[in-house]
Amino acid sequence: MPENVDILEELTNSEYKYGFVTDIEMETAAKGLTEDTVRFISAKKNEPEFMLEWRLKAFRHWLKLEEPTWQNVTFPKINYQDIIYYAAPKEKKKYDSLDQVDPELLKTFEKLGISLGEQKRLTGVAVDAVFDSVSIATTFKDKLHEVGVIFCSVSEAVQNHPELVKKYLGSVVPYTDNYFAALNAAVFSDGSFVYIPKGVRCPMELSTYFRINAENTGQFERTLIIADEGAHVSYLEGCTAPMRDENQLHAAVVELITMDNAEIKYSTVQNWYPGDKEGKGGIFNFVTKRGTCLGKNSKISWTQVETGSAVTWKYPSCILKGDNSVGEFYSVAVTNNMQQADTGTKMIHLGKNTRSRIVSKGISAGKSHNTYRGLVKVSKKADKARNYTQCDSMLIGDRCGAHTFPYIEINNKSAVVEHEASTSKIGEDQIFYCNQRGIGTEEAIGLIVNGFCREVLNQLPMEFAVEAQKLLAVSLEGSVG
Amino acid sequence: MLEIKNLQAEIDGKKILNGINLVVNPGEVHAIMGPNGAGKSTLSAVLAGRADYEVTGGSVSFNGKDLLEMAPEDRAREGVFLAFQYPVEIPGVSTVNFLKTAINEKRKYLGLDPMEATDFLKFMREKMELMEMDKALTSRSLNEGFSGGEKKRNEVFQMAMLEPKLSIMDETDSGLDIDALRLVSAGVNKLKDGERSFVVITHYQRLLDYIVPDFVHVLYKGRIVKSGDAGLAKELEVKGYDWIKNEVEAAV
Repeated sequence: MPENVDILEELTNSEYKYGFVTDIEMETAAKGLTEDTVRFISAKKNEPEFMLEWRLKAFRHWLKLEEPTWQNVTFPKINYQDIIYYAAPKEKKKYDSLDQVDPELLKTFEKLGISLGEQKRLTGVAVDAVFDSVSIATTFKDKLHEVGVIFCSVSEAVQNHPELVKKYLGSVVPYTDNYFAALNAAVFSDGSFVYIPKGVRCPMELSTYFRINAENTGQFERTLIIADEGAHVSYLEGCTAPMRDENQLHAAVVELITMDNAEIKYSTVQNWYPGDKEGKGGIFNFVTKRGTCLGKNSKISWTQVETGSAVTWKYPSCILKGDNSVGEFYSVAVTNNMQQADTGTKMIHLGKNTRSRIVSKGISAGKSHNTYRGLVKVSKKADKARNYTQCDSMLIGDRCGAHTFPYIEINNKSAVVEHEASTSKIGEDQIFYCNQRGIGTEEAIGLIVNGFCREVLNQLPMEFAVEAQKLLAVSLEGSVG
Repeated sequence: MLEIKNLQAEIDGKKILNGINLVVNPGEVHAIMGPNGAGKSTLSAVLAGRADYEVTGGSVSFNGKDLLEMAPEDRAREGVFLAFQYPVEIPGVSTVNFLKTAINEKRKYLGLDPMEATDFLKFMREKMELMEMDKALTSRSLNEGFSGGEKKRNEVFQMAMLEPKLSIMDETDSGLDIDALRLVSAGVNKLKDGERSFVVITHYQRLLDYIVPDFVHVLYKGRIVKSGDAGLAKELEVKGYDWIKNEVEAAV
């Protein structure tokens, strides 16, 4: 289409909106990873003995492991000795009010669109802002304190609630789980810790924003959310990152636990630097996220909109131990230019009458590759298990790829498992139809893509559904096919 | 309102339009008929701005503006509407959402504020009543799973919602049974207000029993070779296109 070429060139030249760096002096560990590095990190955080022991065990285990190679993504070999494993801003004091926080930091958060002050006044969302490896401010502590909700950094939890940490940390994702989980356990920097006591519905959405800043710093955060009997919580994780030349590794671990009749809703909107048009310099997002429905009638729901990162490799999963427990996975994964994604979920049915629902929407554009890998496993004793999986791919242009690897392992005769898959393309005819009704091409693509993803977007907390819609449109700029 | 002068166009190097001349004034209904391959659909595609057709000569002015210079979405915002012969489906996008976006894009273009949600719903309900549209159809994804008749009715419904100055109807009657034909025609007739113009492209005379044209033109080998009033359509019904083809060949 000759006349559209000019428009395409204009659009693909739009800069990554959040590309900037904050100039605050950091106290960083020397590059490389040895037992000393692990001790350094633990000492910097003033951790009790049990934490250091756990880290060291994980590190020694990691040394025995080899990096996995089965994934459907390629990336340059990571030199684990060429990474800085700890970076914290010099000021580590806690503040009672935001006035005492370093104004440079506050400016950073403002640029990211999350002015803590504003958040405090208007939305009622508690924000635990992690600046690189150390938490800076925790707001709304009082309000949550009233109902007994604990929402703090993992570092704080280790100090103030060691019994909870000891009991649950690593119970869903042990350091033996996989290569990156072991690495994370050894050097994790920080993350969110949430505990909702019995019968409490958390009165507000909990949220965390991350920022990966210092060159060569891998971000290894670890999140642990525990919902006790009858508790409910909705948690949102959203990220942005600056432009960088070096690849940056992000190997996080998220563990969710629900007791009887409890429910955790975990939503992620991820917009990390995807690398330039040639695929250079983006973030590697290798994450292990898992939830265990320990209790009867409990529910864990994962919702994600992933549009960033050079390489995305993650399978938020649910282990359905409790009878009648429910696991859900709603995902939109967009890849453009040279991005690659190998993502999906695992639903492990162990208890009786368990249900799982998987809705995965993959959108590929440019020269990218988008892979869905899903496992539905029904164990021998898991009577009356039910699963519904819908896996849809949309291809934009003719140089991208969509791949699907469904694994279905059923060991119980009463299981009912449904799997539907579809592949579609945004047709020129559809775009022209929109044009002829007065809708420009960019808006048309946004409209069509959002229609395609509607079922997933409807799962997001309202305030983020809007952000997610815009994100989808922005990430597909210049991809008309 | 619409002035087409010596319009020539080709696709993939093949010349289809060989010099079309046509003037449409406000409030007029023009029918364009002709045998297969005459260039009827090409004409509507070129007027709407389909990129795969290349205009090789002539001009088109719409309300004094150069239509061919405008992007398709701008032509639409200026008031040109094409009722497609084969309307596409857009899964996941409801008709409501689609039309709200279209209307607000037009308003933005004209420097107006977007329509308030409540005003829009009221506006839509009025048009749905006018066009006798089933509520179920409008809340579904655009054209998804619609029958041929439902798709054409949805085109006319969109016409009612977007209130264009010029509506080009590309073989709207193709694939319709008599009842659907009546419903679609009734819808179009309700939109006639003396200012709005229609270019009705059709194969068969029957549609023109319901949507009575002021002018009838016969398109053959990329040119309008004969014009007349509604009576011409009836003549074609009886005689077919051969007599016109012979007339044209003889004159060459």
